[in-house]
Amino acid sequence: MNNLTPSEAVYRGMKGAGIDFVASVPCVHLQGLLALVASDPEISSVPVTREEEGVGICAGAYLGGKTPALLMQNSGLGNSINALASLNGLYGIPLLLIISHRGGEGETISGQVPMGRLTPKLLEALEIPKFIPSVSEVETVVALAWEVARTRRTPAAVLLDIGFWSSLPLSPGKDALFFGP
Amino acid sequence: MRRIDAISIIAQEGESQGALLVGNIGYPSRELWAVGDRRSNFYMLGSMGLASSIGLGLGLARPDRRVVAIDGDGSILMNLGSLATIADQSPNNFLLVILDNGCYGSTGCQPTCTDRRADLARIAEGAGVSEVRVAATPEELRAGLAGRGVLVVKVEAGNAEVPVIPLSPEEILRRFMAISAPPSPSS
Repeated sequence: MNNLTPSEAVYRGMKGAGIDFVASVPCVHLQGLLALVASDPEISSVPVTREEEGVGICAGAYLGGKTPALLMQNSGLGNSINALASLNGLYGIPLLLIISHRGGEGETISGQVPMGRLTPKLLEALEIPKFIPSVSEVETVVALAWEVARTRRTPAAVLLDIGFWSSLPLSPGKDALFFGP
Repeated sequence: MRRIDAISIIAQEGESQGALLVGNIGYPSRELWAVGDRRSNFYMLGSMGLASSIGLGLGLARPDRRVVAIDGDGSILMNLGSLATIADQSPNNFLLVILDNGCYGSTGCQPTCTDRRADLARIAEGAGVSEVRVAATPEELRAGLAGRGVLVVKVEAGNAEVPVIPLSPEEILRRFMAISAPPSPSS
């Protein structure tokens, strides 16, 4: 598994988790991953108009026996909060959230900063476990995040910041951070 | 046509089709429970606006099963993008029924935009849904329930006197998934 790009490493983690259904709203950092997902015949891929809609579609897919993931920018977390609480949280429906986390170090768009700063706190308030892996860890951590989602019957989030996406393939990373409720 | 009578027809046709039904938040799910509870009904208790999305995801996950989602005018107005996604995916096994009573029926019947100008059937057509029908009578409703895409049903405002559904969310999920996603023999 040498020379994996960040996108390829995330994709391998999703495959390892058995993800077979993906809803997505794009982010510039997700374009490589979205292309990998769209070209995978084993994954049903549904582009959606709004992240909350994707939460609903993924919940329906789970009801139908699928293993779902929602790919989005962290701005979409704000668009999804009621559904994550009163659909996934209420019934105990698992969901893997793969989130491009904008607004931090290296951000050039001022509009990304407010939600970027609030994203970890919002996940904590929602009692959604979050994982912040390096490129070298992400394959394992994505599979772990789904396992946490499945066994705790909750959404679980993998936050991938600007530095993650600009990492060289398998550069030495920081330790995986896991803050669960 | 009263809404509960429309829901009763949907439940009857759904039963004869062997369909998985998704009930909308509030009184519509309570009326669906009251006209005949079935394990293959998913009662959506929160997440207003997402009945159509849950139904679409379920239909895409189970192309071998008929799926009917029951939505309302206020709810679909909250998630109009869903109509574009339904058109984009266009599953053959999925029908979205929108019960349009022109008001937010579970909160005191404050008027929605369909009460005056908004036309949900034309919005669905504009979103690209290839099969859009409108029903105002029981006969038209029964005919429309054989189709796919979007069916807009004009119903009277007002709620039936029905109890709160006496099932926990976990129980609704567990018994629904025993039918919608039965464990495979190998697992």
